[in-house]
Amino acid sequence: MTELLQQALTWQNGLIFLGWAIVFLFIVLGFVTYAIYFERKVIGWMQFRHGPTRVGPLGLLQSVADVLKLLIKEDTIPQKADRTLFILAPIITFVPAFAVLAVIPYTPSLYFADLNVGLLYYAALSSLSTIGIILGGWASNNKYSLMGGMRSAAQMISYEIPLVISVVGVVMLSGGLSLNTIVEGQGNNFWEWNLLPQMIGFVVFMIAAVSELNRTPFDLPEAESELVAGYHVEYSGFRFAFFMLAEYVYVFAIASLTTVLFLGGWHPPLAILDFIPGLLWFMLKFVFVVFFLFWLRATMPRIRVDQLMSFGWKVLLPLALINIFVTAAYIELFLK
Amino acid sequence: MAYYNNYVMVVIFIALGILLPIAALTLGRYLRPNRPTAMKMTTYESGNEPVGAGQVRFNIRYYLFALMFVIFDVETVFLYPWAVAYNHLGLFALIEMLIFVAMLLVGLMYAWKKKVLKWNSR
Repeated sequence: MTELLQQALTWQNGLIFLGWAIVFLFIVLGFVTYAIYFERKVIGWMQFRHGPTRVGPLGLLQSVADVLKLLIKEDTIPQKADRTLFILAPIITFVPAFAVLAVIPYTPSLYFADLNVGLLYYAALSSLSTIGIILGGWASNNKYSLMGGMRSAAQMISYEIPLVISVVGVVMLSGGLSLNTIVEGQGNNFWEWNLLPQMIGFVVFMIAAVSELNRTPFDLPEAESELVAGYHVEYSGFRFAFFMLAEYVYVFAIASLTTVLFLGGWHPPLAILDFIPGLLWFMLKFVFVVFFLFWLRATMPRIRVDQLMSFGWKVLLPLALINIFVTAAYIELFLK
Repeated sequence: MAYYNNYVMVVIFIALGILLPIAALTLGRYLRPNRPTAMKMTTYESGNEPVGAGQVRFNIRYYLFALMFVIFDVETVFLYPWAVAYNHLGLFALIEMLIFVAMLLVGLMYAWKKKVLKWNSR
């Protein structure tokens, strides 16, 4: 990829880019299919159940069957809904979810775009999805979905700030916003990763990231026990599927971003283990983060809506700000 | 010149992101049944007849959070370039940023004291 990106743009190279992007799109779709299966299995095991077992061997075709079912399901749009916005909303939610994946480096040579503003690009685009959620909630003309959409907006603006500020420490250590530079700045031993020097930042980042994903314990926009399904109450068939797809593509994105920012990307945890290919290390860490997100869902109850805001502003934001100056002191004392 | 290739890739990703829903929904149109009835098209309200308008006005309690968001989002705009150039700036810039953040923290404390961050701001 590196050489291709450095050559002048020709039609042939452009088509190769397009080809790789399409291959990657299908990899992501495959990931989403099996992430849903894995999530149901993991949560099943944690609750002493089996999870899906019927469709295909070990239930492996369960998600495929679910997708097919959604595809051939009747699509109902309520009479009172704002038709144009109702149709646009799932698309607006999905597009940024896939677009942010362009900047993530998997190995030194396997990446799609090495933007020098990579991290900023990620933060900027990922917050656009909320607009789709609010639009969906508003356009449905339904009380539950309106409340879900509004909650999502409030949650997004409260947790966006700790999320963005918590990575400032990482930027200070690496001196660049390009995600490739950030990974290259980390070393081949686990104590050279950003994880240990950025412990506060990492914890704040993880909590804020789960909240941005709208997953348990922060799944208030959906909150099936109080808002039925929140912003996507009125959605059915494949329009609903695109909301779900966007959510799981964000799981992919956040797990990759955590790996890149804090867990050393493709670097092995110990320098002796260098002979194992970087992609494998990336995947291992990535799968661990994904598992961690599912584990949280099986473990934590949903946070109360009145505690949600104050937690973000009173705990996470001051912690994220302290982290900046702790990092500054660390750089002044030990790295200069 | 070659750097623009990265943005070509970004454009390809965005285009694919738009194309996939359009393709999938168009394909779905030929596969799914379409038998709308008046009942199906009503707004869902837990099985009851929907009461009143859907787009009701309610106290969202988040208005002041939105104002604070604007303030702190501008702060992040200042923090990012500072963080990127941190290693070239030295102690002076660090102390300046400390003063800047302290001033914003005073604002946060004020909001805290005024019970803006509480659900019931009574």
